[in-house]
Amino acid sequence: MNRLHILSLSLLFCCLTMGTAPATTLKDFQGQKGTVNIAGGTAHIPVMKAAARSIMSAEPDIRITVTGGGSGVGVQQVGEGLVDIGNTGRALKESEIEKYGLQSFPFAIDGVAVAIHPANPVSGLTQEQLIKIFTGEITRWQDLGGPDAPITLYVREDGSGTRETFEERGLNKAVPSTNSNVSNSNGAMKTMIAQDKNAIGYVGIGHLDSSIKALPVDGMQPTQENAQNGSYIITRLLYMNTKGEPQGLVRLFIDYIYSKDGQGFIAAAGYIPKSKD
Amino acid sequence: MTSSQKTESFFWAKTYVHLAAGLVISSIFLLLVMIFIFAGPALFDQGHRSIFTWQWNPYQGQFGILPMLMGSMILSVSALLLALPLAISLCSLLLTAPRRLSARLIHMVIRFMTAIPTVVYAFAGVLLLTPLVRFSFGGSGLSWLTATFVLVLLILPTMVLVLNSGLKPKLDDLCPQGLAMGLDRLDLLWFFVFPHTKKTFLAAGLLGFGRAVGDTLIPLMLAGNAPQVPMDLGQSLRTLSAHMALVTANEVGGAAYSSLFMAGALLLGISALVSLISRALVTS
Repeated sequence: MNRLHILSLSLLFCCLTMGTAPATTLKDFQGQKGTVNIAGGTAHIPVMKAAARSIMSAEPDIRITVTGGGSGVGVQQVGEGLVDIGNTGRALKESEIEKYGLQSFPFAIDGVAVAIHPANPVSGLTQEQLIKIFTGEITRWQDLGGPDAPITLYVREDGSGTRETFEERGLNKAVPSTNSNVSNSNGAMKTMIAQDKNAIGYVGIGHLDSSIKALPVDGMQPTQENAQNGSYIITRLLYMNTKGEPQGLVRLFIDYIYSKDGQGFIAAAGYIPKSKD
Repeated sequence: MTSSQKTESFFWAKTYVHLAAGLVISSIFLLLVMIFIFAGPALFDQGHRSIFTWQWNPYQGQFGILPMLMGSMILSVSALLLALPLAISLCSLLLTAPRRLSARLIHMVIRFMTAIPTVVYAFAGVLLLTPLVRFSFGGSGLSWLTATFVLVLLILPTMVLVLNSGLKPKLDDLCPQGLAMGLDRLDLLWFFVFPHTKKTFLAAGLLGFGRAVGDTLIPLMLAGNAPQVPMDLGQSLRTLSAHMALVTANEVGGAAYSSLFMAGALLLGISALVSLISRALVTS
């Protein structure tokens, strides 16, 4: 996705959501001081960092730290009170909400796209084919109109939000074959697929670029627009989570993510902003 | 300094040393206790009984870590089998022609290799070795074989340096007489030093094995991480360490999480055993 595209998209979203965005702006941080610590889902990092940078350059007395660690780390750290906001790329489990008393704030929509090597001539799959591929029933590309070569499967690690989304929405909860290669981030997945001309895997739509080829599933084109309007269904939400009702600076930060500025950061990171419920 | 001052400063030094030693020992002890407490539910809870099975599939309630244990063992053993002859040859070269430029260069490179972080090896492996393995063996290129090759690079310097420091004094002892008898250094090394230094070989092997078992990034980035027992060198496998790195990021609490501590306990047990044996060998 080129820069102009992102810019126009973000402008579009700004216009669309102007009415619903909370009125929080950088002005509300004036005279505030203190720290906000954020950890968890790696998909969130670009958004969190952009917002943190913008706030901190306006108000030098505010310190915002952003670290990764994955969705599980986000839940644990916010639950144990080690950070103020714990990010997850999946909805909280019932057990996690009960154990820690967490509140969730979904702020962006991310789609998960099936991806293959750009040199692979296969141009689309049905969901049925997708399930057969990942469960190991179809093992060669020629069965799908591709070259005479074996398929190498790439999946994400257990508990990854991207994996959960893909298996639930893309594979209809089918269990992928155990001989799939496992990579532990969107970036690693992209490198693997870009290198291996027999590969099939999946990445967040925001991570798509010319090094890999995204495939439509059942004719659904994997684009952010389609994820937004519901015509592409392999999607998930990105959440910020707090222990109990957020207060003070943390509250302001969360509102800022939902504000016009925040929506700009979300769109620039390749996701679709979601207005506050 | 008066003698009483001396005694006093000696007293403080002794206390300080004891304190430091106590701190280290007790933190290691606490670490062990913590790991076993966390691993407890995985061992004793009825619901998690599946931990010593061959199926890892958390969504289906299967938490078997045996494929990972197997993966760790076969990967380290294969790396060791490949590295040992290499280490012995390199060491022979270093010991028989210590002053030759090539030997000095190799020595320098080997010492430099000990300082390279494993992530650098792994990254280079992903970019350079994986395509090669994929081209020659098919599959994804992320395999038992790829990880073995890079692990060999990792453990080789340790093994060469241990062999070198163990064998050099013995060879030097033999040298004046042996050379006078018309034998050269290589003869002395092969026929007189090697047969009597089983312990040095074992120690080098065990240290290499310990490093190979404990390493995380190389198998994580190069072995493909499929939770299965590989049938041939071109297939993907998952080690205990890579398994822990993969699962910790996304799980908190629950059976998958406590099974991680069992994996940790196993890993700790293996490396403790290896280092105890190699220590006993080196000091005896």
